Amino acid sequence: MTPLAIAFLPLTDSAPIIVAHAKGFAEKHGIDLTLTRTTSWATLRDRLVYGQVQAAHMLAPLAIAVTLGLSQHRAALAAPFKLNLNGNALVMGSEFTAALDPDPVQRVRDPEATAHDFANAIGLYRRKPVIGIVHRFSSHALMLRYWLAYAGIDPDRDVSLRVLPPSLMAEALRLGEIDGFTAGEPWNSVAVAEGLGEIIAVGVNIWRRGVEKVLATRADWLEANPETVDRLLLALAEAAAWCDDPANREELAALLERPEHVGQSAELITAALAGRIVLHCGDAPVDTPDFMLFHREAAGFPWRSQALWIYSQLVRWGMVKPSAANERQAAEVFRSDIYRRALGGAGQPMPGASMKVEGALAAPLPVGAHQGALTLGPDRFFDGAVFDPADIEGYLARFRR
Amino acid sequence: MRIVIVDDSGLRASVLEEGLRDAGYDDIHVVPPQGAFVAKIERMAPDVVLMDLGSPSRDTLEEMLAVSRALARPIAMFVDQSDDAMIGAAIDAGVSAYVVDGLRKERVKPILDLAIRRFNAFARMQAELDEARTALADRKTIDRAKTILMETRGLAEPDAYALLRTTAMNQNKRIVDVAEALITAHSLLGGQP
Repeated sequence: MTPLAIAFLPLTDSAPIIVAHAKGFAEKHGIDLTLTRTTSWATLRDRLVYGQVQAAHMLAPLAIAVTLGLSQHRAALAAPFKLNLNGNALVMGSEFTAALDPDPVQRVRDPEATAHDFANAIGLYRRKPVIGIVHRFSSHALMLRYWLAYAGIDPDRDVSLRVLPPSLMAEALRLGEIDGFTAGEPWNSVAVAEGLGEIIAVGVNIWRRGVEKVLATRADWLEANPETVDRLLLALAEAAAWCDDPANREELAALLERPEHVGQSAELITAALAGRIVLHCGDAPVDTPDFMLFHREAAGFPWRSQALWIYSQLVRWGMVKPSAANERQAAEVFRSDIYRRALGGAGQPMPGASMKVEGALAAPLPVGAHQGALTLGPDRFFDGAVFDPADIEGYLARFRR
Repeated sequence: MRIVIVDDSGLRASVLEEGLRDAGYDDIHVVPPQGAFVAKIERMAPDVVLMDLGSPSRDTLEEMLAVSRALARPIAMFVDQSDDAMIGAAIDAGVSAYVVDGLRKERVKPILDLAIRRFNAFARMQAELDEARTALADRKTIDRAKTILMETRGLAEPDAYALLRTTAMNQNKRIVDVAEALITAHSLLGGQP
């Protein structure tokens, strides 16, 4: 047995890691897994960078930011596996929801109209809403910025973004320190259940196949331990498949409910797993297909084009200077080559390419695969923009900022 | 040199503060990580910020260091970045340090060394306290079991204790476990728990 420590944050999308440990998938592949629960991304990052753990459940943009030297100690990180797609939502308190479409379902289904209404609300109140984000380099923050900017809102000028850990969001909203927040589940559902706010947007309706958490390791550790990495990926792929199976949903929710994992009620955790989201306290849950994906459509495959989309957004918001070197480094964080090596022999459907045009699919599409049948789901951005990784400059030029 | 300790455990912060004062630092402030604590720190303009690594508010503080205007061009440094052993020790002890703009690392190292020692001392204190609490609870359980034996079997106190001890030894259990079992059995049979 190879001992291996993984750090995670209490979130529903830590499921594949928790399941790999609790359901024996890691053990089956000869890995003695230790889970290290942390409450802040900074601590998780430091534990990984300084070798206290070998792997971590990490925000995809954070893995890229650390590699580019944007976040504290620069270290080359590698993401050979995606832990999930989507799973985030935006919660706003009553002051700002009052100015939106009165039907909560309509708001979530029509992000274009809601973005415009939200922009009007800011003008109406002549007050900058304070919105909690979990980290400057989080997919939530990038999607929030993308959505706000669509309606002409400058996220650096017209709103105040405040960084708070997901577990403190509901309390900050209750105390009036923030007007709303975007976080991963179950923290949106926690705030809704306590009547503190309403879900007005869900990540899956902003980008239908948005990158969320990755499994991150140090690049040098990944190179030095190929055999362990392969076994870990096999264990995680099996765990992710288990998580995606509706038959296991109840057991998974009960597992995540435990205080050493997420520590929130199974009922609230199930919302994201089942894609049945309560938008407003007391209302019936609303069907939100593909709210969170773990395994289907080779969800774990780290498309380099997705790393580049994140890079494009870092450039867009002035967080990194565009350069050929930065672009290459960002793309290389996503190690599709390692995914292929580890899972190629395991009968997992394997995409034929490592880059694709993101946001181009309006309907499910069978694609070229080395083995098995692979159908990719619709991956459109809500505004219809298409990201061609070969022309990042052209892509960014179409946005005013 | 102004040092801010961000901590919501009053005890740990005071253990740390006391040590820093003993070492000759006197401009020390403790700020609990709640509400607008970041704005408060900004007004204080510290040279060094010390924080519990387990605090969920670390992300908030880092963000402030990245965008703050008051702490012009702040360098948020996690310890001395070249010293991996020191960083390892800091992480193990649970202390995280931020050095704000331009302070020479030779001046930071003693603070950090001390913080690490103090955090470790606090962890030990906490463990000893837990142990003492458990010991006290154990003794109460054993006393109760002894009383039951004395009342029901007419034993003297030393004999009651000896009986508990030999039973524990024979069953390869701790005395307190035997005592607990006895109390449970006694209450099941209608005695006072």
